[in-house]
Amino acid sequence: MNNIIKKFLPQILAILFVVLIFGFLTINAQTNMDNRGIDFGFGFLSQESSFDVQFSLIEYSGSDSYARAFLVGLLNTLLVSFISIIFCTILGVIIGVARLSSNYLIKNSAAWYVEFFRNIPLLLQIFFWYYAALRALPLPEKANAWFGVTYMTVKGYYIPAMVWENLNVFLYCGLAAIISIIVLKKYANNLRDTQGKQIPVLLYSIALLIILPLLSFLFGGVSLEFELPQLKKLSKISYIYEGGISLPPELIALVLALSLYTSTFVAECVRAGIEGVSKGQKEAAASVGLTPNQVLKLVIMPQALRIIIPPTTNQYLNLTKNSSLAAAIAYPDLVLVFAGTALMQTGKAIEIVSITMLTYLTISLTIAAIMNWYNKKIEIKEK
Amino acid sequence: MQAINFLKPNRDNIKNYSIIGSVLILISLIDVISNAFLKTNLTSFLPGSLTTLFPLILGLIGLNMMRIDYSGNKTLDILNKNINTNNFNALLTLLILFSIIKALPPSLSWMILDANISGDSKDACTGTGACWTYIKVWFRRFMYGMYPNEFHWRINTAFILVIALGFVGYFMKENLKKYLALYYVIIYPIIAYLVIYYLISGGSFGLQWVETGAWGGLSLTFIVSFFCLIFCFPLGMIFALGRRSNLPVIKYISICYIEFWRGVPLITVLFMSSVMFPMFLPEDFFMDKLVRVIIAITLFEAAYCAEVIRGGLQSLPRGQYDAAKSLGMGYWKMHIFVILPQALKLVIPGIANTFLALVKDTPLIFVVGLAELAGMLALAKTNPKWLGFAMEGYIFASIIFWIICYAMSKYSYNLEAKYKTER
Repeated sequence: MNNIIKKFLPQILAILFVVLIFGFLTINAQTNMDNRGIDFGFGFLSQESSFDVQFSLIEYSGSDSYARAFLVGLLNTLLVSFISIIFCTILGVIIGVARLSSNYLIKNSAAWYVEFFRNIPLLLQIFFWYYAALRALPLPEKANAWFGVTYMTVKGYYIPAMVWENLNVFLYCGLAAIISIIVLKKYANNLRDTQGKQIPVLLYSIALLIILPLLSFLFGGVSLEFELPQLKKLSKISYIYEGGISLPPELIALVLALSLYTSTFVAECVRAGIEGVSKGQKEAAASVGLTPNQVLKLVIMPQALRIIIPPTTNQYLNLTKNSSLAAAIAYPDLVLVFAGTALMQTGKAIEIVSITMLTYLTISLTIAAIMNWYNKKIEIKEK
Repeated sequence: MQAINFLKPNRDNIKNYSIIGSVLILISLIDVISNAFLKTNLTSFLPGSLTTLFPLILGLIGLNMMRIDYSGNKTLDILNKNINTNNFNALLTLLILFSIIKALPPSLSWMILDANISGDSKDACTGTGACWTYIKVWFRRFMYGMYPNEFHWRINTAFILVIALGFVGYFMKENLKKYLALYYVIIYPIIAYLVIYYLISGGSFGLQWVETGAWGGLSLTFIVSFFCLIFCFPLGMIFALGRRSNLPVIKYISICYIEFWRGVPLITVLFMSSVMFPMFLPEDFFMDKLVRVIIAITLFEAAYCAEVIRGGLQSLPRGQYDAAKSLGMGYWKMHIFVILPQALKLVIPGIANTFLALVKDTPLIFVVGLAELAGMLALAKTNPKWLGFAMEGYIFASIIFWIICYAMSKYSYNLEAKYKTER
């Protein structure tokens, strides 16, 4: 009897507590909304949004619905996260490896890079790039060409746009190349396991990746042209670039700050991973006659990656969540477009904030679930 | 034999090679330094891009000549081992050295040589360098926000009192030490709250009332981080224990709580506290924005704290639980006297990192309109009398935050090292 009480009483109390809190909040919300004449509901999502977004990946205008505005914001968030993840990975791996260098100068510069960028709040870094550093860039008419065709100006970064013809044929060819590489890899593994023969898979894969898309240009009717940004005079003193793709300064500042900040954490993950492989592994591999390259590829990397990947994914997740700071410099991401402008216009605080939070929660939980699955898969299976 | 060894330095011709090598490196360094500091190109007689690559090539040849294994010369050996193990390393060494030398003069002249600090208006800044006058004039605003100038002593006194009370634990008598946890978890937060409320807010004891809207600057950062810090720790402990509980309902409530807060960005939490939270409060119940923000950040950080503490709980060996149970201890007795003291000691570095993240997150409250340091900077930047000094402001704020965060992270490393040896 005593045991049963001990087991169930706390649980019942906990449920009661949660129910009471939620009930209290709901009743309050109900009375508050009644008093102010607001009704709860998600019907506003299909209404006309009637506000403009200055940077969007899909067609969008003020006559589109709030749901589409939400999509615009979400895509912008994903875009900035995706670009930053690529840059922070490249930077992070370089810095992480540099921290393990035997060269005193390189080791210490990398260590100071990490200490420097990690200890300044991200918001200040974003402000610094956006309000201070990028404002010092030249006006469009005074900008020098980078690599001959791109222009870095105070109004943004202008790059050539690609104009495709029969893009889908090209994409199919790329897809075919990837599928054939996977099949080849499977076949090669099978061959190695059963007959002990080695096939230079990497060489064939690169050849496939180059040749198949090339064939699409020759026979598939695919063509690619570049539309270059051209300087155009708007009025006497104001110039602008037309054509090509313009990346707004908000995006550039965000990508710079996010990738520099997150790369320090990625670097620490990489360093910990490589240091985590015990020295004995390296020595054992060398003593069975593997070359230094093979030691790195077959012994060190597989073990280091097992340590590196989980915390690094966590950092990617943090980066995606941190990209919400975009709202502070008016980059139209999910928070600014939806929890900012749309909230201001509709006044539906509860619905909009919950949708925004749930969206981030979904992204986080999905990645966490994939990570758990991956961790289970690569776990060392001890007998 | 001599001819074959000519290109490959060894112990026999060490003297010649090290002298020639160091002369070559010296020439390349002199070239770069004169280029950076005096703006004169010593090698302008060379064609095209060769003149920019000249010091690099010369330095590489020099370092290559000096690379002698087991030379017997101690300095040379240390140098070779650390910066000159092979050609690639030598190249990187030279590149880092040269870029440091090249970056030095412009940053020096901007920050110190051409900068202004005298005067008290924008006109005092005439040089091409930084305008530190701006920081000097706005310094009090950056530190105390819009808090009235004549009351700044109240903030200072409150901070000194709170910090002094925090150190009381160190000077407690031995027989009172068992109440230390009780003091830090319950009594200290209450006293700190009262001190800050009565001193900084005022309203009684003849102190004038200052509303929270006027609070700001770095002191607000400290206030917010301090309260979130002392409240999120006990809350995190409860949820960490909850997640490790055997009772399914409590376990899943804790998991939901932790995963929810860890899955959303802080900025949406702040939006929630500022626009959604008032809807959930009783009708004529008013809660200050600052209090709402502190509650929101506390709930948010408690989830991270809980995960760190859970890590400590998990890393304790099972034997500790079994031993405590075999002595007949119940759940609470076991946790308070056996498990938590050990687990918390283990997670001190992790907790310090969470607090570091918390301090770095506080500038975000600017987004919901609380003017802490980043907010004051934004305000000062748009002041018509002081346009165009964004760079100085952000560099100043970055330096301040960097010092705070760097000190915290170094302290957490120290703690980590200290407690590592004990186990």
